[in-house]
Amino acid sequence: MNLLEPTRRAFELLLEGDPRLLEAIWLSFWTSVVAIALIAPPSVALGFLLAKRRFPGQRPVVVLVQALLSFPTVVIGLLIYLLLSRRGPLGELELLFTPSAIIFGYMMIAFPILVVFTISAVQGADPRVYETARCLGAGRARASFTTLWEVRFGIGAAVVNGFGRVVSEVGCAIMVGGNIEGLTRNIPTAIALETSKGDFSQGIALGMVLMVVALGVNVALAALQGKGGLR
Amino acid sequence: MNSRFSMHLIAALAAGSFAMAAFGAADDIKMATTTSTDNSGLLKYLLPKYEAKCGCKVRYTAVGTGNAIKLGENGDVDMIMVHARAAEDKFVAEGHGVNRRDLMYNDFVIVGPHSDPAGLRGTKDLNAALKKIKDGGATFVSRGDDSGTHKKELALWKTAGIDPKGPKYLSIGQGMGQTLTVAGEKQGYTLTDRATYATYKDKTGLEIMVEGEKNLLNPYGVIAVNPKKFPGVNYQGAMHFIEWLTSDEGQKAIAEYRPKGAQLFFPDYKK
Repeated sequence: MNLLEPTRRAFELLLEGDPRLLEAIWLSFWTSVVAIALIAPPSVALGFLLAKRRFPGQRPVVVLVQALLSFPTVVIGLLIYLLLSRRGPLGELELLFTPSAIIFGYMMIAFPILVVFTISAVQGADPRVYETARCLGAGRARASFTTLWEVRFGIGAAVVNGFGRVVSEVGCAIMVGGNIEGLTRNIPTAIALETSKGDFSQGIALGMVLMVVALGVNVALAALQGKGGLR
Repeated sequence: MNSRFSMHLIAALAAGSFAMAAFGAADDIKMATTTSTDNSGLLKYLLPKYEAKCGCKVRYTAVGTGNAIKLGENGDVDMIMVHARAAEDKFVAEGHGVNRRDLMYNDFVIVGPHSDPAGLRGTKDLNAALKKIKDGGATFVSRGDDSGTHKKELALWKTAGIDPKGPKYLSIGQGMGQTLTVAGEKQGYTLTDRATYATYKDKTGLEIMVEGEKNLLNPYGVIAVNPKKFPGVNYQGAMHFIEWLTSDEGQKAIAEYRPKGAQLFFPDYKK
């Protein structure tokens, strides 16, 4: 099979701003950002609590969240499908096959990543930060924020990883989003579809965009960390 | 417990590699076909009959017609069973396939939700029905996957002189079953082959709105991949299978497939 021709065509599609391509790219971008923005604060808070506080049942909770890391995204898709389907408990909301359903799925996929990364970031922080802040008169909440600020790059890594996971996710997005052109067709589901149709140029173009996004986000994080100084 | 688990694992792996090895066996027939023949259950009914006779295996992949033809063009399969006459003729004319035969036909129907928001029920004229969907601002779910059904749908809109595109026209790029599921969830209309619809009727709650129009007939053809172009294909096996499908025995088997009592495919081979 000739690879050069579809690749050349892929660059053309990108340069001329093919509307179908742009729609998929934009959908991937905004649903991922919204999902991460919604789920990050509670996940980071939970991660912090799990790392800092001791309470009965803490270990099982941590193990459970870690297990969720390797939870297949299609199973998450299935759960949300059953919830949102017209015959499901939330059917009346008519959310199935809408961007909201995708965002819902993304939130569930990103949640364990954010929690687990936060736990390890907070555990890696110098415990004296919290103690010193308390000694200097900070309240518990204030001291917690000081600790979180100290590990902000670890939290940043959590967010970047969560974003990377959901932006490239296909199983859940196609099940609950339905791959509707112009509505719920995002980069990964479009790649899956175009490949099945034998139209490789679209797939290659979108694949390149996805890789540039992944690279860009990680370079940005690395640059931030560089400025903050890696102790 | 643990050792029993690993026994299962080994068994599963062995079964998996056996299946893969079997896929490569020389006398197996590889066929690309459309989702409708699979979703309707026809292949699961038909293939064991032939396999028992020939002692071989028919391995098939069910995809959209566009993709099925592509698999044939790339020599990835030995034969195709599709429904898109113009594309089939082009496939043969370009030398990718040989010995095209009419196999059978089924028919398309337009289905929609029980509430029938566009008031389609009882409309005899296809063009009028499509116009009602568009003008009534009703949801229409399109395969959008380059399949035979998708091509048929586009041709019907064109014949009716309507541009279906709009916010209520949902192109989902997936198989017939999924399209019916989305139509059920979104309470929209869609064009479907009767066979797949029969399987999804209860699950989706969709009802037939328009049927019986001449334009809604859907003929299937079988084509062997050209052995001159791809010497590696199992041409012998494919032709034997095609011979059987178009024999009295094969045609009778197609007519006898009646899930839930209704005949879905009508044999169509003319000697």
